[in-house]
Amino acid sequence: MLPDAGAGPRGTDETVLAVDDLRVDFETFDGLAQVLNGVSMRVGQGQRVGLVGESGCGKSVTMRAIMGILAAPPARIAGRIVFEGRDLLTMARRPRTALKGSAMSMVFQDPMTSLNPVFRIGEQLTDIVRWADRRHGLRRGAPERKARILETLRQVRLPDPERIFEAYPIQLSGGMRQRVLIAMALLNRPRFLIADEPGTALDVTTQDEILRLLNDLVQQERLALLMITHNLGVVRETTDYTYVMYAGSIVEEGTTAEVFAAPAHPYTRALFACVPKLSGDRAYRGIEGTLPDYTDPPLGCRFHTRCQHATERCLERPPAFALGGDHRCSCWLSDPAGGQA
Amino acid sequence: MTSGPSPLAPPGELAAVDAVASSSRWRSWRRGWYRFRRNPAAVAGLVMVVAVVVVALAAPLLAPSPQSAGSFVDFAHRHEPPSWHHLLGTDNVGRDVLSRVFFGYRISLLLVVFVLGLSVPFGVTLGLLAGYFGGWLELLIMRVTDIFLAIPALVMALAITAALSPSLLNGMIAISLLWWNWHTRLIYTTVKSLRNEEYIEAARLAGASHAHILFRELLPNCVSVISVKVTLDAGFVILIGAGLSFLGLGAQPPTPDLGTMVAVGSNYLPEDWWESVMPGLAILFAILGFNLLGDGLRDLFDVEVS
Amino acid sequence: MTGDERLLTVRDVHKRFPVRRGLFQRVTSHVRAVDGVSLDVHRGEIFGLAGESGSGKSTLARIVVGLDDASSGSIRFAGEDVAGIRRTTEFRRRVQMVFQNPGSSLNPRRSIEQSLAVPLRFLGVPPSEWMARIVGLLEMVELPAAFRVKYPYELSGGQKQRVAIARALAVQPQLIVLDEPTSALDVSVQAKIIELLVRLRNELRLSYLFISHDLSLMRNFTSRIGIMYLGRLCEVGFTNDVFSEPKHPYTQGLIAAVPVVSDEEAALKPKVERLHGEIPSPANVPSGCSFRTRCGLVYEGCEIEDPEFRRVGFEHDVRCRLFEDEARS
Repeated sequence: MLPDAGAGPRGTDETVLAVDDLRVDFETFDGLAQVLNGVSMRVGQGQRVGLVGESGCGKSVTMRAIMGILAAPPARIAGRIVFEGRDLLTMARRPRTALKGSAMSMVFQDPMTSLNPVFRIGEQLTDIVRWADRRHGLRRGAPERKARILETLRQVRLPDPERIFEAYPIQLSGGMRQRVLIAMALLNRPRFLIADEPGTALDVTTQDEILRLLNDLVQQERLALLMITHNLGVVRETTDYTYVMYAGSIVEEGTTAEVFAAPAHPYTRALFACVPKLSGDRAYRGIEGTLPDYTDPPLGCRFHTRCQHATERCLERPPAFALGGDHRCSCWLSDPAGGQA
Repeated sequence: MTSGPSPLAPPGELAAVDAVASSSRWRSWRRGWYRFRRNPAAVAGLVMVVAVVVVALAAPLLAPSPQSAGSFVDFAHRHEPPSWHHLLGTDNVGRDVLSRVFFGYRISLLLVVFVLGLSVPFGVTLGLLAGYFGGWLELLIMRVTDIFLAIPALVMALAITAALSPSLLNGMIAISLLWWNWHTRLIYTTVKSLRNEEYIEAARLAGASHAHILFRELLPNCVSVISVKVTLDAGFVILIGAGLSFLGLGAQPPTPDLGTMVAVGSNYLPEDWWESVMPGLAILFAILGFNLLGDGLRDLFDVEVS
Repeated sequence: MTGDERLLTVRDVHKRFPVRRGLFQRVTSHVRAVDGVSLDVHRGEIFGLAGESGSGKSTLARIVVGLDDASSGSIRFAGEDVAGIRRTTEFRRRVQMVFQNPGSSLNPRRSIEQSLAVPLRFLGVPPSEWMARIVGLLEMVELPAAFRVKYPYELSGGQKQRVAIARALAVQPQLIVLDEPTSALDVSVQAKIIELLVRLRNELRLSYLFISHDLSLMRNFTSRIGIMYLGRLCEVGFTNDVFSEPKHPYTQGLIAAVPVVSDEEAALKPKVERLHGEIPSPANVPSGCSFRTRCGLVYEGCEIEDPEFRRVGFEHDVRCRLFEDEARS
């Protein structure tokens, strides 16, 4: 029984990316790890969508599947990933590769390690532009490319782009490097951007600036942004729509306002309870148990082994119940027909 | 409020969980073995090395003509080409080359054990001390090591054995004197990178003595690097030893040293080619085996050996 | 709970690292990692040290614990001076540390048992007692006794951190310095570790010096807090006071920048402009007040005068010219 693939954020002008019932398994030494268990999500133009979950929940795998950087064996991918109307999983290799780094782009997580230390920033950025040009059959001279790079560096609010162009990564601070990473993603005018834990490697004040920059860029360029994070606070402050992921399944989704105002799924609520609050009321507690073994996952709802409200019904996988507006929750407790207390 | 898993398990359960724990460790060894198995070159290397070792250890039993290893002569059957009776032929005084090769492997392995057994502990210890303590000790040890490293090994070995009288023992001593420095440098760089790891600091905080940190905390983390290097070294030691003997500075006839056999046999090239080519191939086989195995181990441990 | 007894007294501690340039490695300048810090930790207290990169909080932690030497200043523990890197066994018994990265604070080649035996051995505990003590330690951190034969790679991040805590407890210390112990852990695991730390503090009458950059965590876990910037404390006080009425512009900016999960919390944040710019390098500390390059309230004279600490509330101190001028007028 498949969960209802949600219609996604309503009132969107245009759905840029739609993931439909994505399933990813990995062949490992210990058996087949069934990591993604039917993930569905939608990102519309100009929208900022957050995918939040803890480590091991499958958000990186989702991200890599979307970007097309999962090694096909040992990974086995099923489902559909539709970008601007075309299914990426059935696309031929050439057009698929042409999308990477241009129409679909990614901001990497760690600015300390994502830049090659022995090359200048300008060289690295030029390479990106050059490769994209080659893939798209564009011919551009060096001055044109450099102009584009400088323009992008200005866009990410880096002072003195000429100097940055000539600089080595080690000469830049963490915040500046993160901006360079964002610039790298913007160089080829993407329509869809994935931000992987942006700013987690940075100080909180710098991270704050970076997130606001991303916000502004999404608005300016009408990008579709998918933000991957484990930090609920970041999600609240920087996204319009939220998907909560646990053990390879989307357990709850909705507009950020809806999910944060009234989290419905026991996991989401437990997660909120874990976060220390600025109000200092010390009510946090942990979640019992650990992530399931993907080679032997629990039947039905994958959270039921850790859930305080688990019943026999949970052995059957719950569909996504609508809770009003865009808010959906995959839990029998949210079943309007059921008699769950 | 909330409580974790039950704290103290009764003894029976302890044993059961111990079994699970050690079986999970066994599983990770098995996993390593399967990875190793996927590398055909590494497996070939392992097979070759095992063959050499078995042959060397069981030479008296396996050799068709054990007496060929000594001063046995059989002038009636000199210079016989390879045949079913003598698989690798006979040499200039009628001895069975195959048997001599088997015994030759004994000498090669003896060389390896002697040289590495002396130089590795010495070199590793110096590297540990230099990398961990730093300061003048590091300066002293590493500069001396650099001096030794700058001298070509074979040339040095020649000089030493020429100065002393040529014999197997002196050859082994000469090579040992040159071997430790590679290990010192390798362990030195490894330790320098490990020195500031948090677990070392935690040990310092716990009041661990320097000896404890050196040998119980740092050294276990060097083991994979050392094993790879030692395996690769074995091949090189055999090569250098054979080189020395070929030049007449190692084992002397009638000792069935492979290098010596190549040298003596070379007098009878090209008609009685097997007398030098076969021992040469035997040397090649052993070195190749160790190299392949060493490479395989390196891939397995994912280790950098300069 | 916060007794009068001062367990740890840090007075005017400085730590300078020389910067060497050139072929002959000449010392051209110094990095002022810790630039005159004084604080007290009382028995039973959880004192938080918050700050971002370059604040010197980790360096200070290492000095307190004895891994590094201060360039100047004094550290007293229960009244006794403990400067000098040859810390005695006595001192080691009293102060221990839990490191940030659970992955690297346990020796990957030693079993849990072997790692926990190290402090026991060097304390002079006879080997016959080790097993019992180790099992007891594991029980204290809520791990099954059977974990003793496991190796670190078999454990999760949270479990490894529990072992690290057990190791620190082995010598029965009075003060534990924790350097970002939960930063590398998921929030649900972090919550459990904090629960454990609170329980241990209560049961064993421990005191903590807790270092973190996570202000929400500090808000809930610490009783007193010090905010560090570029090697100095800029505000110190009881956690409740510092959070409800942050005085220093940096403190205000820090709290304002924390991503919160509810509107109630957002309403609690100081209504200030967000901090701009980036933290200057500790090798190049701005003259006068070191925070002036990012301060929204900077005014004439901040680049010359280096403010002193002033008391602005009950045991609440701030280092900012705004309060100096007030005090003067």
